[in-house]
Amino acid sequence: MACAAASDPRPSGAAFARRAGAALAVALALVAGSARADAPARVVSMNLCTDQLALLLADPAQIVSLSYMASDPAASAMAEQAAAYPTNRGRAEELYLLRPDLVLASTFSSPGTLSMLDRLGLDVATFPPGATMDELRQAITDMGAALGQPQRAAALLAGFDAQLAVLSAPPLRRPRAALYSEGSYASGARTLEGQVLQAAGFDNIATEHGLDWGGRMPLEVLVMSAPEVVVTETGRPGSQRARAQAVLNHPALAQMRRADVVAHQDWICATPRVLDAIAALTDLRRQMERE
Amino acid sequence: MIPSPRLTQALLALVACLFVASLLTGPAGIPPGRGLVALLTGQGAEGLVMREIRLPRAILGLAIGAALGLAGAAMQGFLRNPLAEPGLIGTSAAAALGAVLAIHTGIYASFALALPLMALVGAGVSTGVILALAGPRGSALSLILAGIAVSSLAGALTSLVLNLAPNPYAASEIVFWMMGSLADRSLLHVALALPFLALGAALIATTGRGLDALTLGEDAAASLGINLTRLRLKLVLGVAALVGASVAVAGAVGFVGLIAPHLMRRAVGARPSRLLPASALTGAAILLAADIATRVIAPERDLKLGVLTALVGAPFFLHLVRRMAREV
Repeated sequence: MACAAASDPRPSGAAFARRAGAALAVALALVAGSARADAPARVVSMNLCTDQLALLLADPAQIVSLSYMASDPAASAMAEQAAAYPTNRGRAEELYLLRPDLVLASTFSSPGTLSMLDRLGLDVATFPPGATMDELRQAITDMGAALGQPQRAAALLAGFDAQLAVLSAPPLRRPRAALYSEGSYASGARTLEGQVLQAAGFDNIATEHGLDWGGRMPLEVLVMSAPEVVVTETGRPGSQRARAQAVLNHPALAQMRRADVVAHQDWICATPRVLDAIAALTDLRRQMERE
Repeated sequence: MIPSPRLTQALLALVACLFVASLLTGPAGIPPGRGLVALLTGQGAEGLVMREIRLPRAILGLAIGAALGLAGAAMQGFLRNPLAEPGLIGTSAAAALGAVLAIHTGIYASFALALPLMALVGAGVSTGVILALAGPRGSALSLILAGIAVSSLAGALTSLVLNLAPNPYAASEIVFWMMGSLADRSLLHVALALPFLALGAALIATTGRGLDALTLGEDAAASLGINLTRLRLKLVLGVAALVGASVAVAGAVGFVGLIAPHLMRRAVGARPSRLLPASALTGAAILLAADIATRVIAPERDLKLGVLTALVGAPFFLHLVRRMAREV
């Protein structure tokens, strides 16, 4: 008997508290008037991008834990909001001990961890790292459905579409730009950064070299392609002390027009935050049109 | 003291041709004639590419190749061991560790000379350790084993530093420090490396007579008036400056210091003083050729230099090992 009690994973007191917590969350959700009755009460996110979508859509009481990156201002666009929540490092055992009703992960999260969570019987929702505006919209809808917050998702989506429409006024002309980063890497049109560039009214020179997704572009190829502007990002963590940084300090690059107008955090994840990046680049384009 | 004039002229001509070929090779595909004109005039995008991107690359290929060839010949002469080479006995790996520390502690950002200096310290310490463990009296086996130990330790520490640093490019940088590359280097790197390379070459150049005497044995060399302690010190400092400055800007490129002296040994004879300049020129030719090959084989990919030198050098090394095993 004692043995049975000891091996019971959920002592009755904790179970009561848990049920009470769930009931409270449901009650709060009913007050908010948007969550479905079957909304998951304990949500754990293990990926920077699902962290941010969850912060935008979930009821604060639903979120049990976010990934450690969510509260890192060097990586996350929502570090302040995320700081209120406990963090996890995406390891199966710590996630299991949080007893989540739903785990939010990326399709690129460690396959070993995802299959272990599956074996442990946890409910896992995976989200692809969206690269286009349509995939971004889909992710908002999907996240709303997973969190039982479809109305909030619809509202967020409507706001996003309205702002995007304002920013998407057709440009007078499309200047040729390069998205260039540490280690001589050029991002292509099929990445999220590339989509942001396109939405802001620029053409991407990576396309001229067949780099749809992006890839290494030797500095001399960049120079010979003569883009009107080389867009680099700011605030990438750790890059100041990396050898890869050297190429961005190369004297040849100093003779080209450079724009450090987008913060790394704003376009690393497909969230409505990319509107900030589009707005910054649109300002740049309008300034170039005036010159 | 100098190898036969005809050999020297041939080597100089080869290096000059490869230097020009290096200037004319690149992913941007600038026609040779226009490239040379742009190099002289410096006009437009082509001028920028030729002067700021290809010229430093060609200069570094020549200078670093010569440095590695010279360092290899000096080490082989002093240790009287044909397997000695900066890459094989851990000098390059230790220099890379010094360079990585300079970059990731942030010292390099405020004091650029820290990069070659710390690489030099790494190279110097490891050369000192190797000489202590397997000096001129040590066997080839103890030299290589000590080299493997130093090399793996330095490589592991380099990976550790890069993995602990908040560096999103750790994996690609570990490959760079292990394999080396001259892609997208600038004249700033040339200015950083050349003084140290010149200093190292000057130091090694003064060791020729001592190394010649050493071929007769340590006692004979001492009776000829060679101060072995001073010779050792000059050698360690010279090799450290050559390898340290090379690795600091181009990563660790292996096997050049092994192949170059062996290619020249038959032509110039076994005298180290004659082998040193010939080996330096051969090293320059090897590295320039390897760097041209990386850009011809995979222009957009930044194929690492060390990949090509190892493809040629490792089978050569195995051949040497087999020959030594037969002699024993």
